[in-house]
Amino acid sequence: MNKRVVITGMGIYSCIGVNLEEVRQSLFEGKSGIVIDRERVAFGFQSPLTGTVPAPDLKKVLNRRQRISMGEESEYAYMATTEALAQAKLEIEDLNKREVGILFGNDSVSKAVIDATDIVREKKDTQLIGSGAIFKSMNSTVTMNLATIFGLSGINMTISAACASGSHALGLGYMFIQQGLQDMIICGGAQEINPYAMASFDGLGVFATDISHPQQASRPFDKRRTGLVPSGGAAAVILESYESAINRGAPIIAEILGYGFSSNGGHISTPNIEGPAKAMRRALEQADIRAADIGYINAHATSTPIGDANEAKAILEVFGDRPYVSSTKSMTGHECWMAGASEIVYSTLMMQHGFIAPNINLEDPDDDIKELNFVSRTIKQEFDIYLSNSFGFGGTNSALVVKKFNDG
Amino acid sequence: MMDKARIYQKINEILVEEFEVDEKIISPEASLKESLDLDSLDYVDLVVIIESNFGVKLVEADFEGVVTFQDFYNIVEQKMTVKS
Repeated sequence: MNKRVVITGMGIYSCIGVNLEEVRQSLFEGKSGIVIDRERVAFGFQSPLTGTVPAPDLKKVLNRRQRISMGEESEYAYMATTEALAQAKLEIEDLNKREVGILFGNDSVSKAVIDATDIVREKKDTQLIGSGAIFKSMNSTVTMNLATIFGLSGINMTISAACASGSHALGLGYMFIQQGLQDMIICGGAQEINPYAMASFDGLGVFATDISHPQQASRPFDKRRTGLVPSGGAAAVILESYESAINRGAPIIAEILGYGFSSNGGHISTPNIEGPAKAMRRALEQADIRAADIGYINAHATSTPIGDANEAKAILEVFGDRPYVSSTKSMTGHECWMAGASEIVYSTLMMQHGFIAPNINLEDPDDDIKELNFVSRTIKQEFDIYLSNSFGFGGTNSALVVKKFNDG
Repeated sequence: MMDKARIYQKINEILVEEFEVDEKIISPEASLKESLDLDSLDYVDLVVIIESNFGVKLVEADFEGVVTFQDFYNIVEQKMTVKS
């Protein structure tokens, strides 16, 4: 028999706040985290817009050996994970006494690779790269670092699935626990923020160019959009079997009901309607609920014309015009590998606190998707079940269904 | 070339900075490995910080006879002498 999978802790380190309370407030106020990074202009970027987060100071909490293996994405993930563990009432000793796993979404370590390569180019000697570089220069850097720091002994790996990485990480964590293979998994997503990581993406000419009003630049579903805005940070979610949470008296925040996935099997960057629709339907089937049970959809919508439009059409096809829809990327920018995890944190915060965060900058939706029930200003609205979409290059799709916890 | 005292002082300064140890635990007779709690990876970083601060490259064989800080000072000094 399948086990119930619950969320007992969340942590967030993002451009709209570096903890749950700051982020809850930003979401409610519709606050944007987008800024202009002048360094990107000098570097040759077409767009200097980005989300940004402060560099964490880990000197007091981690030793030198631990720190020198961590790039920025691991540092952000550490911050998010410590907050999630605290909310789940877990100490490091608790993690060492039982089998706990870790699954994070991450799909680049550009800065670490380039920094190390620059040293070899200059010195012509690989020995002068230093001992930490290899552990920073692999996609699995986040999970290898955090599993070591927290002494984890369960499933330990990174999921790379472009901008759906974080969502698939939670979906796979859900499956491991549902199947009874693990009782507790630290899941999440992390995303580096630096020019190296985003240069080739910027080169495609898909980033927003309206630099006169940075906070209005990310405008999913809006006719006046000029492209997406890259961003980053990290989000962590503690997934646990219902039995595990009850046995240790942990606070249960929400329950994951379904994970749907699919692949478009088409163009490498242009999404379609069928793939996302299939993932959403599959998530509903797994959750064993009807489309009408979904109160809110956190859209993947990144602020690109075809991506937004095709997702909107897929939502209309599966759900009609009833559920509330917003894209929090209007405030955060596109958090890429992290987004699927952070948007679970954002949506769960909304569900806990009885509001729906706005799709800011949505003034004039595209004509053919106007009938969607967009939320463009914050509304106070209780809801019990939401669906969160995440799609990525290569046509990878993930949809998660999450329900307010109810011990029924 | 720097005089011996300056070399020793500079090595101490960068070890304190890099390995985050209390300056008081460093003395010529003390064990380098134990004082700095070195593992196999840390020797790679010793090579890096000596090269970036003194312009000389230590190799694995250089560490074979190194037990104390004084031994370590000596190999850096020898490398610098050869270089100059």
